[in-house]
This record gives sequence, C-alpha cells and structure tokens, in this order.
Amino acid sequence: MVKGPDNYKGWNPYLGGALTGLLIIVSVMVSGNYFGTSTSIVQLVGMVEKIIAPSNFLQNEYFAIVKPVLSWQMMFVAGIFTGSLIAALWFGEFKWRFFPDLWKRNLGTSYFKRGSLAFIGGIIGMIGARMAGGCPSGQMSALILLSVSGLAAMIMFFVAGIITVKLLYKGGEK
Amino acid sequence: MNLWLGLVTGILFGFVMQRARVIRYDKQIGALLLKDMTIVKFMFTAILTGMVGIYLLGDFNYLTVTGRPFVIGGAVIGGGLFGLGWALLGYCPGTSWGALGEGRMDAFVGILGLLTGAAIYAEIYPALSPVLNWGNFGNITIPEAIGVNHWFIIIPFVAIGILLFIWFEKKGL
Repeated sequence: MVKGPDNYKGWNPYLGGALTGLLIIVSVMVSGNYFGTSTSIVQLVGMVEKIIAPSNFLQNEYFAIVKPVLSWQMMFVAGIFTGSLIAALWFGEFKWRFFPDLWKRNLGTSYFKRGSLAFIGGIIGMIGARMAGGCPSGQMSALILLSVSGLAAMIMFFVAGIITVKLLYKGGEK
Repeated sequence: MNLWLGLVTGILFGFVMQRARVIRYDKQIGALLLKDMTIVKFMFTAILTGMVGIYLLGDFNYLTVTGRPFVIGGAVIGGGLFGLGWALLGYCPGTSWGALGEGRMDAFVGILGLLTGAAIYAEIYPALSPVLNWGNFGNITIPEAIGVNHWFIIIPFVAIGILLFIWFEKKGL
C-alpha cells in the first residue's frame, strides 16, 4: 500500500462525532438552528426559478411554503463546502478526481456510468429526502430530539441503501 | 449575524467531516456494504452527544424540546427513495458539497442531480399530498409515543450505542 495523505486514516470518528454533537448543541443555544441541508437545495432552486421562470415560480405551491431566501441553512451548506476545502488544502489532500477508489475497483472507469448514476441518485435522493422531511443531517437533528420521524427515516435510509448497494456491487466488493 | 453564524458553523462541520473522512464515497458505501462503519460511528456519536445535551438544556428550561412531524407515508416511502438515491450517488446532500470541497467531480454531478430533484419535487408536491398526509402523527417523540420520561429512552440509547461501538471495534468494522 502506498503511503500518502490519502491513506492517512483521518480523525477518530468518535471524536469527530462528539465534536459535531457539541457543535449542534452550541448552534441550538446560540441561534436556535439544528443541522439540516436539503431545505437549502430547494431554496437555491427556488431562487434560480424566480429569475429564469418567474411565472412558473409564482404559481408553485411548494416555493410558497419553502421560501427561497438566503437562510442560515444556505450559509451553513456553503460553509460545509468551504470547511472541507480548507481542510483538504491545508493537509494537502485536495485533488480533482471523478472516480472514488471503491467504485473504480469494482465498477470500472466509465464516465457515463458513474456520471449517470450519480445524477439519477441525486434526483431520487432529493425527492426522497424532501418526502421524509430531511436528509441524514436533518434526520440526525430529528433523532437528537428523539422524534419518531428521525428513527423511521434513518432505518429506511439504511434498509433501502443496503439493498441497493448489494444489487449494484453484486458478486461482492473487492 | 444569523447568516454569518450559519457560515461559521458550516465551516467547522465541513472541516471536521473532511478530517474524519465521512464525506467520502468509500466511507458512505462502505457502511452500506457493512464493511466500514466509520460514518455510523460518527453519526451515532453526534446523535447521542446532541441528544443528552439538548434534553439536559430542556430539563433546565433553557430551551423547549419538541419532536419533528411524523407522517408514515412520507417517512417510509421518502426514506426508501432517499436510501436508493443515496446508494447510487454515494453522498448525501450535505456531504456532496463537502466532497466537492476536496475536488470530487462526481459529487458535483450529484449536486446537479440534487438540484434537478428539488425542482421536480417542487412541481410534483401537490400530487404527493395524499402520500404526505397518510398516517400523520404530528410532532411525536419516542418517549411521548411510549408514555415515559425521556431519560428512560436516552439512557438505553446511549447504552446500546456504546455496546454497538464496542462490537464494531472488536470486529474491526
């Protein structure tokens, strides 16, 4: 195995998780905001639609509920990108690449295959997240609050995910 | 002020996620292949820490703790669809931005999919209303559903979490 920054195993996940838990507590104490990301994607789309298709935007029932305004959550998501970029540059791990290692070993290097599944996965995932009331970061918040919704959604995420991956990586992972 | 707090909180979260490797496809799919539990360790530790902290703050009347809306149709069908999409993309909405931050272009394609999905969802939202109202239980929490004090749920959750973590470490997952 090649020694290099990519093989550095990273921070202990329990430490990372505990820091994240503390960060959520502080965020709730300071500004009342729990973590979540999928609403901001709807808001971003709403902002774009408002400019490029204003009549369609005005008729849309959903954008009247999820108002496309610059929100705490949009800034939070912009922060996730920025924070990861800072860490990757700081520790010399930033690299443009298209294929994850696990994908490459098992499913090859077809740009079409990886690109189309990532795109379709994004569409289906987003529709599902909105229906379920949030993606994993939002469901993490729901579970912190001991919500039944968080527990049900998280179980469904993993059950459906495990089945899908089993089919995609048929014959086992290398 | 609120917006700047959002940005700073996001930067810290993104930094921690990049260092702990949880934004990576290999870690997310590794968990779904039941081979690498890094993201599960990360998520569960965050949830358990947050749960204890938020409920303690609630007990001291520092804040009001309420559940999130639970609708069976949305949680089950939406949760299933999310799991399917997540497994194909290999990133969730938050981690795709983090993955793009370390140069992963497949995550960018995924983000285009997420944006398209959001646009489609906004269009089909009215048609989904029967599903989104099927089995509406309101903002119910687990202790409310069972009818016990929240610590009777939190303490067993923490205990189960720790046992699970010990088992993961023993199995080298």
